[in-house]
Amino acid sequence: MLIKDLRDKFGFKVLAGEDVLDREINGLYCCDLLSWVMSHAKDGDAWITVQTHMNIVAIASLLNLACVIVPESIDVDEDTIVKANEEEVPILSTDIDSFKIFTKFYEAGMR
Amino acid sequence: MDEKEKNTGIKLEYEIIKDDFSRAGEASSNIKRVLRQLGIDSSVIRKTAIATYEAEINVVIHSEGGKMVVNIEPDKIEITAKDNGPGIKDIDQAMQKGFSTASQKVRELGFGAGMGLPNMKRSCDEFYIESEFGKGTTVKMIFKL
Repeated sequence: MLIKDLRDKFGFKVLAGEDVLDREINGLYCCDLLSWVMSHAKDGDAWITVQTHMNIVAIASLLNLACVIVPESIDVDEDTIVKANEEEVPILSTDIDSFKIFTKFYEAGMR
Repeated sequence: MDEKEKNTGIKLEYEIIKDDFSRAGEASSNIKRVLRQLGIDSSVIRKTAIATYEAEINVVIHSEGGKMVVNIEPDKIEITAKDNGPGIKDIDQAMQKGFSTASQKVRELGFGAGMGLPNMKRSCDEFYIESEFGKGTTVKMIFKL
């Protein structure tokens, strides 16, 4: 699955990282405790989080995560979007919740 | 930020500012970039990224500010995070998973899970911590290449 599939197939909105949507997504991870994410998320994971401050960009970048997915249409700080574009970390937004995001990935064939 | 090359290796030095959440993670990102340019093994880069990030966040959240120094040598990477206080009262307690003195505000941002020091220790090959209450804390981590 590619990051752009989230936009093209799931209808997620791209908030940042428009130029790097051709990257592969290898897995899906959901957690809001940043140190927990730091020690458990894997290379290439799409990361669902309700945290929207700038630090999520550093984490995604340091761990080589595929992208950040913000659920339930939570507003993302403008600073975060600017930083994400600088660091080429895609951020996508959707109105659905984490459970439904997992369901979509599963239905799209991710196991 | 100071980047100078010596005969024996490369030394990187970063100031870390207290409560500066917006810049927290920049030193770690820079270190990662340098390690990648040097062609360091990706599993080592991942471990150093986790450790430097946690060290950096700890200095931002818990200290009066400090600095992180990275020495890259042919056989190892040595990372030292040294802060200007206030120091840790009980290091054994601080090393326990889940123990944290972080404020509610910081926790709401997703920090302060009490996993920073355990994550650092787990990521590196050698871990040393020294702290004097009222003075400051120094964490030294070694990653073998």
